Amino acid sequence: MASLIGFYSLVFGICSSVAIIIFSIQNFRNPKKLNEKILILTFLQFFLVTISFLGLIISFVNSDFSNETVFNHSHTTKPLFYKISGSWGNHEGSLLLWLLVLTLFIFLFILKSGKQPTQYRILTLLFQEIIIIGFFIFLLKTSSPFNYIYPIPEEGLGLNPILQDPSLAIHPPILYFGYVGTSIIFSSSLSAMVVNYISKEWAKHIKVWVLISWIFLTLGILLGSIWAYYELGWGGFWFWDPVENVSLMPWFALTTLIHCILVLEKRLELTSWVIILSITTFTLSMSGTFLVRSGILNSVHTFANDPERGLFILIFLFTLIFLSLFVFFFFHKKETNNKSSFFLVSKETSIILNNWFMMYFLSVVLVGTTYPIFLDVISSDKISIGPPFYHKLIIPFLIPFLLAMTIGPRLKWIKSDLSDKFILIIFFIISLLLSLYIVKTLKIDFLINSILISFVFYLFFITLRDFFNKKYNNLSQNIAHFGFSLFLLSIIFNNILSSEVITNLKVGDTFKSEKLKIYFENITQKNEKNFESFVGEFVVENSQGDVFIMKPELRIYNQPNIATSEAYIRTSLFSDKFMTMNLVQNQEYFNVRYQIKPLMIWIWISVLMITLGGLMSIIKKNEN
Amino acid sequence: MKIRVIPIITTIFFIIIFILFYRGLENSNIYVPKTNINKQIPTFNAKLYNSSEEVSSSKIFKDNQFYLMNIWSSWCVPCRDEHGFLKELSDEKNLKLIGLNYKDNKESANKFLNELGNPYDIIFSDPKGIIAIDWGAYGVPETYLIKNKMIIKKTIGPLDKNSIMEIKEIIK
Repeated sequence: MASLIGFYSLVFGICSSVAIIIFSIQNFRNPKKLNEKILILTFLQFFLVTISFLGLIISFVNSDFSNETVFNHSHTTKPLFYKISGSWGNHEGSLLLWLLVLTLFIFLFILKSGKQPTQYRILTLLFQEIIIIGFFIFLLKTSSPFNYIYPIPEEGLGLNPILQDPSLAIHPPILYFGYVGTSIIFSSSLSAMVVNYISKEWAKHIKVWVLISWIFLTLGILLGSIWAYYELGWGGFWFWDPVENVSLMPWFALTTLIHCILVLEKRLELTSWVIILSITTFTLSMSGTFLVRSGILNSVHTFANDPERGLFILIFLFTLIFLSLFVFFFFHKKETNNKSSFFLVSKETSIILNNWFMMYFLSVVLVGTTYPIFLDVISSDKISIGPPFYHKLIIPFLIPFLLAMTIGPRLKWIKSDLSDKFILIIFFIISLLLSLYIVKTLKIDFLINSILISFVFYLFFITLRDFFNKKYNNLSQNIAHFGFSLFLLSIIFNNILSSEVITNLKVGDTFKSEKLKIYFENITQKNEKNFESFVGEFVVENSQGDVFIMKPELRIYNQPNIATSEAYIRTSLFSDKFMTMNLVQNQEYFNVRYQIKPLMIWIWISVLMITLGGLMSIIKKNEN
Repeated sequence: MKIRVIPIITTIFFIIIFILFYRGLENSNIYVPKTNINKQIPTFNAKLYNSSEEVSSSKIFKDNQFYLMNIWSSWCVPCRDEHGFLKELSDEKNLKLIGLNYKDNKESANKFLNELGNPYDIIFSDPKGIIAIDWGAYGVPETYLIKNKMIIKKTIGPLDKNSIMEIKEIIK
């Protein structure tokens, strides 16, 4: 029943979208004020998709296995929480969620943009409706979440256990807020180009959407990383997996966009940058969907390998790309005003410099992700690109990037002279000495490391000092930049100082090394509703004589029958102690992996800080 | 009319990208390398694991006999997982197990075999991983079923219940 209602509200939903388009075209020809009907229809469209989404959730909660999606991804023994989150933990449901956010955002946009020119609002709505209808058709035609199966199965197939996790349950919605937010930026910039409304006011108005999308995207990526850290069981949090990459690419573009929008808002410059980035960001989000959903890439996130779906998204994606290219080349007017006003030492220059670096990082990730596909097509060679590729190409270029990030915010617009040069130099010398000392004591002999560390420290100290500097009052930016320096510091030291022990133990065994003693005390078995759990108890003693107990867990899920290992993590301000255990096939031994990971928690905190910077920027704007 | 070069180039660029993606869709699952079976095995000279005697592969692989060549290493965690299956296969009478110890150090490799047992009839050492490259290996573990100097089945990653069933089926 719920499925049926869900399906028909989708059908009515697409009808309302078509109605919106018709009314918008009428209204666009006669743009005195926005037709009331349009507002009501956008609400109706959102409402219908909500009903449909609720229908799906109810089917999941009731374990209605006549619904194919529920049958494939749920099971009666699953806890309620994961029945609900399971509704978007699959291809069909997640697309419905995507559509829900799309319709919500356009409704909010129409509601909140009352002060903007009517033609601009209508045209944004029109572009957005093209995207929405595309998704409607995609859902109904190739991936309906409401397919009926008969005879009705007794039991469902269950949700992949590694997805049964609280942070992963909210990871997709948050990420989608970010992705879909970029669609508003996309439509808005196209429409602003057509009606020639690229201006300081436009920048001011769209900045909020940019910031909101950016915050959600950042948080979404963070949640995914935290999940990977404790669930995938080897202590890493970023794998350069293609699907992580596709979320990182829009993030690069969006971060660059934030900075360009600022220049546009203050100086009415970099309009081409802003427009191209607005288009790129959304296109990258869409390409992400394409790469993940078409099965062209294989990864943990691949839901289904259905070429028909892939083909649809591909055509849809390129329709949008060509549409935006057309609008860009025919309507975009190059900025004609005072071009010569850029000086070498100015805020603009440093922002442009960093834009190019960001674009470079973006291209590295883009090439690393898509090149294997292209190569396979062209020459049938199969390569896989791993972390060393990204590290080698990205890390050296962080150095000038960091320098511009440290100095740039201290410069004024147009033309500037560096104030308090003395302090800047002093801080630089301190950072350099500190990093040399660290590199020496830790005996890392890479030149690049010491230079990188000194520049990270430099950014760290300068931003830290600026919190107490009255002359300098851009708090939101300072928090974000400080957060970034903290982020890099944590990652660098985490990488350098992590240590790991892998050993096979059975109950009663002890592992001994100079620094460490691990004693496998016992193992207890518990039966939970949907899995069997084995909890090991290990007594760990380190060289300082601290003794503590670690309890990693092994879960064997019944539906589907998959074993997962749940890491046991002891977090402190300075380091995480991380332990996982795995079954060794047909043996009484367990494979035990014990890791010490310094500063882990600071990686998460620093990302939250970066996000906080964005949040404060929105609040500050509202106060103004 | 002035010809606008940039729009044309951009459009062509995106059309090419589109075609590449489109073609890419046809051969999806690109990260599962093709199992290039029915390929002649490479000949190589390698040191035996237990002695430092160097032998040529042509003396080892005889015709009309099934061989299972397994690339393993003590540092490779999935190798531990598949070890039980290898031992199960070592009971098969008409199958000879040949190990290729890949980029390993001898001490930990010995420990590995002492702890989990040695299913292999012959082990070669490949300390630099060069022989594995000749075999076209993507990583460890990797397993090749060989008869008459031809690879008839290749398994990438650890063996599991299904793959040893298949192997048993073939050598029956």
